[in-house]
Order: sequence, then structure tokens, then C-alpha cells
Amino acid sequence: MKALSIRNLKKIYNNGFVALKGIDLDVEAGDFFALLGPNGAGKSTTIGIISSLVNATSGSVSIFGHDLRHDRARAKSCIGLVPQEVNFNQFETVKNILLNQAGYYGTPRKIALQRTEQCLKQMDLWDKRDMVSRRLSGGMKRRVMIARALVHAPKLLILDEPTAGVDIEIRRSMWKMMQEVNRQGTTIILTTHYLEEAESLCRNIAIINHGLIVENSDMASLLARLNIDYFVLDLAEPIDAVPVIEGYQIERVSDKVLNVGVPKEYGLNTLFKLLTERNIKVISLKNRTNRLEQLFMDLIDQESDESLQ
Amino acid sequence: MNHAIALRTIVKKEVQRFIRIWPQTLLPPAITTALYFLIFGKLIGDRIGTVGGASYMDYIVPGVILMSVISHSYANVVSSFYSTKFQRNIEELLVSPVPNWVILSGYVSGGIIRGLLVGLVVALISRVFADIAINNIAVTLSIAVLTATVFSLAGFINAVFADSFDDISIIPNFILTPLSYLGGVFYSVDMLPDVWQTVSLGNPILYMINAFRYGLIGVTDVDVTIAFVMTGGFSIVLILFSLFLLHKGVGIKN
Repeated sequence: MKALSIRNLKKIYNNGFVALKGIDLDVEAGDFFALLGPNGAGKSTTIGIISSLVNATSGSVSIFGHDLRHDRARAKSCIGLVPQEVNFNQFETVKNILLNQAGYYGTPRKIALQRTEQCLKQMDLWDKRDMVSRRLSGGMKRRVMIARALVHAPKLLILDEPTAGVDIEIRRSMWKMMQEVNRQGTTIILTTHYLEEAESLCRNIAIINHGLIVENSDMASLLARLNIDYFVLDLAEPIDAVPVIEGYQIERVSDKVLNVGVPKEYGLNTLFKLLTERNIKVISLKNRTNRLEQLFMDLIDQESDESLQ
Repeated sequence: MNHAIALRTIVKKEVQRFIRIWPQTLLPPAITTALYFLIFGKLIGDRIGTVGGASYMDYIVPGVILMSVISHSYANVVSSFYSTKFQRNIEELLVSPVPNWVILSGYVSGGIIRGLLVGLVVALISRVFADIAINNIAVTLSIAVLTATVFSLAGFINAVFADSFDDISIIPNFILTPLSYLGGVFYSVDMLPDVWQTVSLGNPILYMINAFRYGLIGVTDVDVTIAFVMTGGFSIVLILFSLFLLHKGVGIKN
């Protein structure tokens, strides 16, 4: 069963800007799916159209088999949206924000009260239920938006940069919450600029650039395509000259720090052996960049080069 | 999908909003109209005598009540819907499966309820200054509801097109208030020179106020049937136009 099926979706804004040039996208039910792309690539437009905040120019969107144009109410009932920016009434209490949202979806009061309690507890906000929402911290406001999106038990949850601007501790706790929601059967589509987040949480991925899908595959296959890993090596002693080792890309950062590109066919064992032969002792190493970030940049750069040609 | 629950949710939210800020929404009309009754009705009115067979105080009470209904039904919807747009919590409704007619009905109902509630407050205050026996309760209530509907819808349309808080005060200040004052609240059009009588007949608020005055004290300058047809016609046109704007997403969607 497809949670989301998009066919030949196009969007041209009134000022003539072509945001989407005809994209096709499928997301399976139960998936945790990443939709990535640089700023202005078309992510927000795509999400805006799926969630009925933006009118499509042409093409079709189907949510759990319900066409968004012809079976609008059923299609919309399946969706919960967590937008990029806080958009709830800041003068309402946390509890009323959720109760109102449940009401818009036609949820009877008794069930709405139960769901509100359940969602607020799940987002660790139950003790803030009677607080006026403008008094909440930034992280709490983000969690209110997730709780609000879940209150009508949607089958498809769309998270548009849900952790933007929150500290790492809150981000990690939000990851756990999102994983739990996905484990309970809700399909999740996530957009984020934190590629580490997408790599940790998502099983499938699409990358959008200049209004076109430039990559759409499962995360494992995509990462397997990266045939070189980049590491930062901390050395025990300062070195005079950068060692030259065939097959490895080595750059000096400082006297005691090297950047090394390690092709998968060579591996780290050989590198350590060859460094030891040159009396260079490594005391620690770390990944220089997130792997997905590297692939993302490669794909975006490649796309930019092609468009320039 | 239970639309009744969605409608009830919007109406409840709207009523709670203006009740929560009652010192801004319910108290000012009580004070302002008490001053109207005291200054125009009592102090000046005693020297004017009767208009259309009614004492001047009795004559102005219906106009003052309906003027309050008009301004508050309009103000409620224009400020509430524009704030919803401005804070972007209109997106809560756009994402959900609430049909456009429910959104419109919810906001307009909020405007009608506030308009009528303010009208009731003003009517209770008028009891201190005048003792009016209602001439026709059906005409009184129906024209009040229809008038509140028309101006709630007008407030909604204003909010849809508004891009700033300035835009929601232009029409009330420069169109609504002058038309209300020139709509025969404080005088009969018979008191005007012929040419101004003719010009006044182009003001729809004149018909609403006179129909309401007929309902309360049995005095009118116009045909009440025309007033009902005109107000009902305005309601239908404004409903259709509002639904068209929502369907197109004017001012609320990209």
C-alpha cells in the first residue's frame, strides 16, 4: 500500500517561478522517508501541495489511495503536518490547541480528550497542558506541533524540519519520539537540513533539486555508493612533511592533524600499517563528514554542473 | 467526517475569543451607547420633541442598537480571521478536512453572536432611558440576524484581502461608520432636503435601520419588504463571493 503517490506534479507560482517541474514520488506505508534538498529546491512546495497549503499547477497527489483533488476529505484525514514555523494560536492553552485540532477533524469530544492526553504525555507535555502556549520554550513549541499533528491519529505524518533551531539534547529526544510514532505504524516523511538526522532515522530517501527528484532510493543502497570515506587523524607527534601513500588522499591540517580520504577497497588497516612504517603514530580518528552529507553534496554539485552545461 | 463537530469547534473558539477579551469587546459599546442615550436622547432629545410620532429618545434607540450590531459583527470577523491569517494558524484549518462552507459558517456565526450580544447589551442599557414595547418581534430579530450576517460576511471578505492591520481598519473607519451615521440613526430622512433624501436611499444601512426601527417602535421611512429583500440579497451574494475566495485560496494559499 502506498502512503503517498505523486505523479507529474508541477507548480508555477504567480511570479513565474517554476518550483516543481513534474515530479513523481512514491512512499510506502509504514516507511520513515527523507525528502531532502537545498533551500529553494522545491521541498516546501511539495509538502505544501500534499498538505493543501499550496495549489498545484498540474499533476496528481494520492494519499493512501485517496486522490487529493477528487476525494479531498478522506485524503486530508490521513495527514498530520508539523510545519517549519510555529503556527498555532499563541494565546491558546496547549490543551485547547489539540482539542480544537481534533474538532476540525470531526473527533467527538470524549475521544478528543483521550487523544489529547495521550499525545501530550507522549510528547512529555502533559504537565504544561493548561499553560498559554506563548510561554513555552522553543523546544516545547515544536513538541506541541508534533502532538497537534498526531491528535487525530493520522496515517501519514509530515515533519517539515521539525528539529530546526533546537539544541542537541532536545533533538535527540525528539528523534526517539519520532521513531516511536513510526514504530506504532505511522508513515513519516521528514525534511531536514541535518543530514545526520535523515541518515539515523530514515529507511528511504529522495533528493530534490531545482524542482526535480535527482535521487530516490533506499538509504543503505545510497550510502553504499559512496566509495570513499573521509577521516581526521590526530597524531601523537608533530610531522614535518605530509606522508605520500599511494591510493590515499592525505592533507595536512596542522602539525599533528591530518585529513585522509580512504577508498573502500584499501580500508583503514592498510593505512595504519603504512603510517606505522613511517613512524607516524595515530592516537584517535573521527569521520570528517557525515556520509550522507558527502553524497548529498556530490548529487547537488553534479546537478548544478549539468544545469550550467 | 462529522462537520457538525468541526463547526461547533470553530464557533466555540470564536465565542471564547471575544468573551476572553470582554473589556475590549463588550464593555466599550455599553459605555459609548449610554453616552449617546444621555447626550443625544436625553439632553438634546428633550428639546427636539417627536419624530414620526415617537419621542426622540425612542426614535434613536433602534438605530443605536443596530449600529452596534453592525460595527461589532464586522469587527469580530475581520479581526479574528485576519489574526488567524497573520499568525498562520489558518493552516490548521486548511490542512484539515473542514470544508470551506464550514470555515465560513464558523467565523460568520462568531460575528453574528458577538453582534447580537452587543445589541442585547445596548438594548438593556436603553431600558434605563426609554421604555419600548416591541412592535414586531419577528421583524426585529430577523432583520438583526440578517444585518449581522451581512456585516460578518463583509468583515470576512475584508480580512481575506487584508495584508496588514491597517487594512482591517480602513473600511470600518471610512465607509462603515459614515454610512451608519448617514443611515438615519439619529434622524428621519424626511428631515432632509429632497436631493439628500434621494441620495440616502442608496445607502443600504438606511433600510436595515428602518426595518429594525419598525420592528421595535413601528416607525419607518422605507418599505420593510424592500429592506428584507435587499439584506437577504446582500447575504446571498456575499456568501457566494466568500466561498469563491476560499475555493481559490485568495489571501490564504500560495
